[in-house]
Amino acid sequence: MLPIIFVLPMIQLLVLSFAVDYEIKHIKLFFVDQDKSQFSGLLYNQFEASQYFIINDFSNSLAEAKESMQRGDCDQILVIPHGFEQDLYRDGTTDIQVIMNAIDGTKAGLSSSYATNIIMDFNRSLIVDFGMQSSLTATPEYQQIEMDYSYWYNPELNYQAYMVPGILVLLVTMIGGFLSSMNIVREKELGTIDQIHVTPIKKHYFIFGKTLPFWMVGMVEFGLGLLLAKLVFDIPMVGSIFTLFAFAGTYLLVVLGLGLLISTITETQQQAMFISWFFLVIFILLGGLFTAVENMPEWAQQITRLNPVRYFIEVNRMVLLKGAGFKDVASHFIVMSIFILLINSLAIFRYKKGS
Amino acid sequence: MIQIHGISKSFGNVVALQDINIEVQEGEIFGLIGPDGSGKTTLIRILTTLLLPDSGTATVMGLDVVKEYKNLRRVFGYMPGRFSLYEDLTVEENLELFASIFGTTVEANYHLIEDIYKQIEPFKSRRAGKLSGGMKQKLALSCAMIHQPKVIFLDEPTTGVDPVSRQEFWKMLKSLKKHGISIFVSTPYMDEASLCDRIALIQDGKLLSIDTPTAIVGQYEKEVYAIVSNKKHELLQDLRRYKDVESAFLFGSHIHYSDQKVSFDPRELIQYLEQLGHGEIEVDKIEPTIEDCFLALMGNANKTADA
Repeated sequence: MLPIIFVLPMIQLLVLSFAVDYEIKHIKLFFVDQDKSQFSGLLYNQFEASQYFIINDFSNSLAEAKESMQRGDCDQILVIPHGFEQDLYRDGTTDIQVIMNAIDGTKAGLSSSYATNIIMDFNRSLIVDFGMQSSLTATPEYQQIEMDYSYWYNPELNYQAYMVPGILVLLVTMIGGFLSSMNIVREKELGTIDQIHVTPIKKHYFIFGKTLPFWMVGMVEFGLGLLLAKLVFDIPMVGSIFTLFAFAGTYLLVVLGLGLLISTITETQQQAMFISWFFLVIFILLGGLFTAVENMPEWAQQITRLNPVRYFIEVNRMVLLKGAGFKDVASHFIVMSIFILLINSLAIFRYKKGS
Repeated sequence: MIQIHGISKSFGNVVALQDINIEVQEGEIFGLIGPDGSGKTTLIRILTTLLLPDSGTATVMGLDVVKEYKNLRRVFGYMPGRFSLYEDLTVEENLELFASIFGTTVEANYHLIEDIYKQIEPFKSRRAGKLSGGMKQKLALSCAMIHQPKVIFLDEPTTGVDPVSRQEFWKMLKSLKKHGISIFVSTPYMDEASLCDRIALIQDGKLLSIDTPTAIVGQYEKEVYAIVSNKKHELLQDLRRYKDVESAFLFGSHIHYSDQKVSFDPRELIQYLEQLGHGEIEVDKIEPTIEDCFLALMGNANKTADA
């Protein structure tokens, strides 16, 4: 069991962090060139040079491109109309068409903005290289607005830097919450808890003895995870690691309390498993890992206030990426302390009543 | 030693125990005898402070099982019906765990468990889950004894154990008695009743009788006959249809028969059976056993309940 406890979460961390990646690369582009001019050739080169696009077909027929998309062979179609270069020389403006497969909305949104960037670059190069006052717009999705981005705290927009601290939280939660509740319920199933109850052992000793190992396992797990994050993913660690561990320790007390509470209201491991899953799924989906809390509807945002996972993910990101110190996350510590008090008193109350 | 006054316990609509009164003397082996589901385990769980009674009081060693459960837990040992030690700890680790929970050491009380423990000592580094049934039982008893209890509660210790191990186990109980330890044991096996100093017969949560085994047998007024014939299957039904039958129960290859009349003449019965085509009939007068008494008491209890 012990190797499983340590090895599996690390494998999860490795696999998930590589797999859950919102960066979209290798968008399959069908390039429809009905102009076959110098400019369309330049645009083609720019798309080809981009790491986001793979031009996997080239033709002058829009119908062919549409068929290709229907088959799923391409994600995006770029149409350079006949007279593209001529219009640019004559009027200084022209249109090109971008068609996207928007079944996956996130992917469509991102790939359209990647395309826009490339077309904007092309615009600029026209001005610089040819001294032209051109304005090339891609229809129909968006208006061309010049924006100057600067990404703070995660300048390379590295998704792993964003995901790994969050995934780490989930692993620690599973160890703390799941294993501890299973463990006590297992004693109920086996009857060993009765044998313990007829001894003069004090209740809080028993609870302490049951939870402390999982607290330690959780902390070691967290440390191992951080080490992997640094060695494998090279996650920036700007802030104080001590603050991070202090928060992890506090957070584990909440999760262990929840595990204890679950174990007091269930009789079998099956029931405990089901209830643990119920909470874990809510915690994960409303934790701000896959959907940013700010993007949730108002009522869901309110629910996340009760979600310890959300706080831990926030603290992890704040400390690791932003270099937040203890003062910056003090409010998170306070919320955790309230959770600890509430959940653990409820759990201990239920435990005493139950025996 | 143990005093039980008017204990009742229900689980929902099911009455598990009904007005139980028992007094157990110091240093005796007290047997709680009854079929499955008669309330034996419930009573033991109340006495071992694991369950609260609905009404009534009970004291063990003068300590109330509800109010003084904390002190009480120091003075008794408990061996549940199901093996419930830590299967993933070794024999030795289990023993040390329970010794340390009670704030003592294995060495300090080794003399108490020596007779039992030395039989499993060769396997002391084996995990408890890998022990055979008989060895598990010895380990469980050792763990229940390691804190030098004044009284031990054994819930069906011999259920599912082979006859040889059962005998051994009762020998161990006898030897514990020599250390001055009182023993409260439940069992569904009638033949074990005669090994106790005193027994209580329990059925459907009600006590039928409490006394020494001999006294209970002595109370049985009727004569008991063991009957066999060559038509085994029909014999029981035919005997039960006999005009003067009091009771007829199957005991292994025999049928134990009691008659309503004091002036029972076996020859009349043999005649009746021969008419029905039975041959090789043997009717022998025997001493009644505890089981005869129990079945009779059960029958009476049912009659009163029906009336």
